[in-house]
Amino acid sequence: MLIMRGTDESNAAMMADIDEMIARSRQFIEDLFKAGVYVAAEGLDDPGKGVVVDFSGEAPVVTDGPYGETKELFGGFFLLDVASKQEAVEWAKRVPAPRGAKVEVRRVPEGDEVPQVDK
Amino acid sequence: MGTAEVEAVWRIESARIVAALTRFTGDFGLAEDAAQEAVADALVAWPLASPANPAGWLMATARRRAIDAIRRRAALRDRYALLAADTAVDSTFDEDVDPDPIVDDVLALMFVSCHPVLSPEARVALTLRVVAGLSSEEIARAFLVPVPTVQARITRAKKTIAAAGVPFELPPVGERRERLGGVLSVIYVIFTEGSTATSGDRLLRPDVAYEAIRLARTLAALQPDEPEVHGLLALCELTASRFPARTSPDGAPILLADQDRRRWDFSAIRRGLAALARASTRGLGPYGLQAAIAAVHASAPSVEATDWDRIVVLYEALDRIAPSPVVELNRAVAVAMASGPAQALAIVDALIASNRLPGSHLVPTVRGELLARLGRRAEARAELELAARLCANQRERSVLLRKAASLGVPND
Repeated sequence: MLIMRGTDESNAAMMADIDEMIARSRQFIEDLFKAGVYVAAEGLDDPGKGVVVDFSGEAPVVTDGPYGETKELFGGFFLLDVASKQEAVEWAKRVPAPRGAKVEVRRVPEGDEVPQVDK
Repeated sequence: MGTAEVEAVWRIESARIVAALTRFTGDFGLAEDAAQEAVADALVAWPLASPANPAGWLMATARRRAIDAIRRRAALRDRYALLAADTAVDSTFDEDVDPDPIVDDVLALMFVSCHPVLSPEARVALTLRVVAGLSSEEIARAFLVPVPTVQARITRAKKTIAAAGVPFELPPVGERRERLGGVLSVIYVIFTEGSTATSGDRLLRPDVAYEAIRLARTLAALQPDEPEVHGLLALCELTASRFPARTSPDGAPILLADQDRRRWDFSAIRRGLAALARASTRGLGPYGLQAAIAAVHASAPSVEATDWDRIVVLYEALDRIAPSPVVELNRAVAVAMASGPAQALAIVDALIASNRLPGSHLVPTVRGELLARLGRRAEARAELELAARLCANQRERSVLLRKAASLGVPND
């Protein structure tokens, strides 16, 4: 999974040219699709519109607003099915990301991994 | 940048680069050679200096390699004259070469790689090499053949394509459906090699199956209006969803009836059902029907609670549009579940009488199972032992022998 991590700088840059960013994102998804590696993708709304449900206490506590610090928040994701970690990294380098953004690359664990006998 | 990074970029770019170069030079074999040379160049150059735009670097280098090759070919002098003007522009190192991502070029590449003038083995090797971007070593490992065999198949395939004058274009409309069927069958052959290895000591080779699913997804993106493309993708996804439950920790096969269904990959099932829905828009073809059968299993909580009547109906439909002895045998298995072993045995015996599946271990496997369920133990044992002798997969063979042994001594 390629996780978009937005900063104040990157969020401002993205909003400055949102049409361009949307067009590039569409193209990127199209490329993923045609390469046969696309599984899912979503962009998330403003973290300020989110809600945090906290399970620290006896009962869940609901708080309006963003999760924790508003730095490097989860802003969206691309879920890919690729052959190797390096390939995921190569795709991550192609993510249409505004200056200042970060892309975190994480693996979906294969709890369903097929047992391999000769390893 | 090391070898792994070069390979990763190549996996992403290979089809587009080979396709664009084939378009540019009009020579598929030359394009493939030039692209491979560019990869070799990258393996040397990138560890020393990482290019800012690796994809552009590969494309520009491959293009220069292609031009060099054309220059060397006296027979292509005419084309050289055409390209010479182009090289002036290209002589300064051009990192901004557009990889020319024309969709139809990748599709044309798939049609060329799966062209009917090629042997089935060559189609598989060429598709994995140029469309999927695998190395000869990876293909050899996937199909358990020596590397030189794969290299020879690819070299021969390129010569065959050149000799036959196969054009780099989409097949004419009148032939397209049939040629698409050829592409689908190459992808399915790759998938089945991964899902039931025909030889060797492992039942599954998920990496090989993954390559097929990836190719099917690409084809579905390029040919979204072809129901059978979605049908094949659905079949592969739904079959692969059972992989996690299909082998025990020691690698022995687990039959559908004994699988822990909680281990099925539910994301793959969802993707498969979605692809099946897209395939269903204009009636199901052979792949779509097989996917529909897989979907019945995927939706069933247990063997007993499976809608076997629906599976029998789907096999009958499949037998009408794509009759094959394997379909007939599978129908017999479904009939055994829906209506009992005696009726199923009649289907198998008719199949044997017509001798349409000689030498296959599947016929005695099924017949042995049915006889065992009918309590005819000695006959069942003989059939299962025959099946074990005919079976090339070591894992399946030991299951058959265990089952035969569990039926007691012969003539007891």
